[in-house]
Amino acid sequence: MELVCPAGTPATLRAAVQAGADAVYCGFRDETNARNFPGLNFSPQEMAEGIRFAHGNGAKVLVAINTFARAGGTDPWRKAADTAAECGADAVIAADIAVLDHMASAHPGTRLHLSVQAAAATPEAIGFYAEAFGVRRVVLPRVLSVQEIAALNRAIEVETEAFVFGGLCVMVEGRCHLSSYASGRSPNLNGVCSPPEMVSYDEDATGTAARLSGFTIDRYEPGEPAGYPTLCKGRFKAGDKAGYLFEDPVSLNAGSMIVALKAAGVTALKIEGRQRGKGYVTEVVRAFRKAVDAAEKGYDPTEIDGILAGLSEGGRQTTGAYRKIWR
Amino acid sequence: MPQIGLTLGPLFFHWPAERLRNFYNRIADEAPVERVHVGEVVCGKRMPFSDPVWPEIIERLERGGKQVVLSTLAAPATVRERKAIAELCAEDRLVEINDITALPARKGRPFVTGPFLNVYNEATARFLVRHGAATICPPVELSLEQVGTIAAGCPQAEFEVFAFGRLPLALSGRCYHARLHGLHKDSCQFTCEQDPDGLTVDTLDDQSFLAINGVQTLSAQVHAVLAYPAEFSARHISRLRLSPHGCDMVEVARTYRAFLDGRQDAEQARFVLSCLDLPGSLVDGYARGEAGSRPALTA
Repeated sequence: MELVCPAGTPATLRAAVQAGADAVYCGFRDETNARNFPGLNFSPQEMAEGIRFAHGNGAKVLVAINTFARAGGTDPWRKAADTAAECGADAVIAADIAVLDHMASAHPGTRLHLSVQAAAATPEAIGFYAEAFGVRRVVLPRVLSVQEIAALNRAIEVETEAFVFGGLCVMVEGRCHLSSYASGRSPNLNGVCSPPEMVSYDEDATGTAARLSGFTIDRYEPGEPAGYPTLCKGRFKAGDKAGYLFEDPVSLNAGSMIVALKAAGVTALKIEGRQRGKGYVTEVVRAFRKAVDAAEKGYDPTEIDGILAGLSEGGRQTTGAYRKIWR
Repeated sequence: MPQIGLTLGPLFFHWPAERLRNFYNRIADEAPVERVHVGEVVCGKRMPFSDPVWPEIIERLERGGKQVVLSTLAAPATVRERKAIAELCAEDRLVEINDITALPARKGRPFVTGPFLNVYNEATARFLVRHGAATICPPVELSLEQVGTIAAGCPQAEFEVFAFGRLPLALSGRCYHARLHGLHKDSCQFTCEQDPDGLTVDTLDDQSFLAINGVQTLSAQVHAVLAYPAEFSARHISRLRLSPHGCDMVEVARTYRAFLDGRQDAEQARFVLSCLDLPGSLVDGYARGEAGSRPALTA
């Protein structure tokens, strides 16, 4: 199985390749990619250099152009697609029909992967993208169980890529407007979710309120460590209950599912975290390299869990939708 | 200037069959809307309850002179859900597509794209028109200005905006009603039926914020776009979509009609709407290119 790893900077790209990534995914420094944070991402020249470095070390580079092109301003997306193709990207990861259509007609020689932001979860949807644009791989929405992935793989002809580690969206990605409802900025419009410039930590006698654009996303007792107010992982009230109504503040670790995902016919495993630093990426990629190699050699899931045991960061982890009980 | 039309969008909530029948009977007889969407959009598990009543509702609406649109599921997953989409797409009536799954099944015949389909730019709109899109209702987070830009670049389609109701903000593989009641989606006991407008989610500081409806998350507040007809026309928007809620939807439709016909100004219309039994206060930030939760200006 191919191990696909994140890179938010050229230094992280090199680190991921050296730590054993089969492929690295990254984006340009603008709104064309879904991790449009200050200080992250690649200039066209950095992208070309990164691709040369990766190719020289036997790794691939997948360029994420995975936001939705702006009404009346689709040029940056077209330019990003053209630059990625010219730089020799091994694939472009896209979600928007406009971007896919442009890639298919202007750069038929460049491999196309369907981004998780396109939320294609059925054989009909995936078949449509394959036929219309020649998509060769689909990044699976994080709402499918491993049984559903197996059934899907039997029904489609393109490769599948599944997230195994990192941040976890509980909503169908590419179809979530929670962030823009609160803050005016969203993944689809701006490549950001719960944007930091809209976050405030307000203290009073009862503790700290973590707010997004004035909406309290969570509250902490005095002395309790405050987390980042990601909208879907906050505490709210409904009916007579209060708590994490959407999702607990957990991250995905499907290390124990690698063997099952392989059996389900998944081609590539993806690690989330283009906003993460070099040290983090090195550690996670190294551990997953060992885990994937162990899975290929037929080790059982418990042994693989042991290999990944050091990665917990103290935060809570989940296997997400891969186990049906998550729903 | 051609008249701006009114559409009653698909019902997002799980209402019992008898309530559906009564609701649409009254719409057929009294609501000044030209087009009415029917069918389940949010959760395939609800379909066995509503499927038996749709044929008679459709007949009743068509006898009342309404154009009926068959809406399809926004996040299909199971074999049964995919089959339901394929069957609806084979119908001669106009169909609303809310997931790409339906696109190949429609085989190029006319359809409406619902707000769950990601039409963010004119190139995507033109692509979908080539595959049969006749009416495009873009995602709710786009401003009227952005919709106008898309529409100007895609004159072959008719554009509709989501203009009244709790905003459909997100879908999940997980059922939040089930989670709240300590159940799993597969054995959910249809607790979503208890909340005919969805269940309001408040912040820990008691501010109304969101609403859950099974696998769907909506805004707690009610989006109400009351731009003047001249602005809609200038933006090439020819229809407004009203989303069904438990309040008096005939009165909502009459209010919008009166406003669009110039018999009421925006302030009067907002006042009438705010006097209805709404699940939240009025907002319209998205229409103005701001956060969707921004209060409607003169409400």
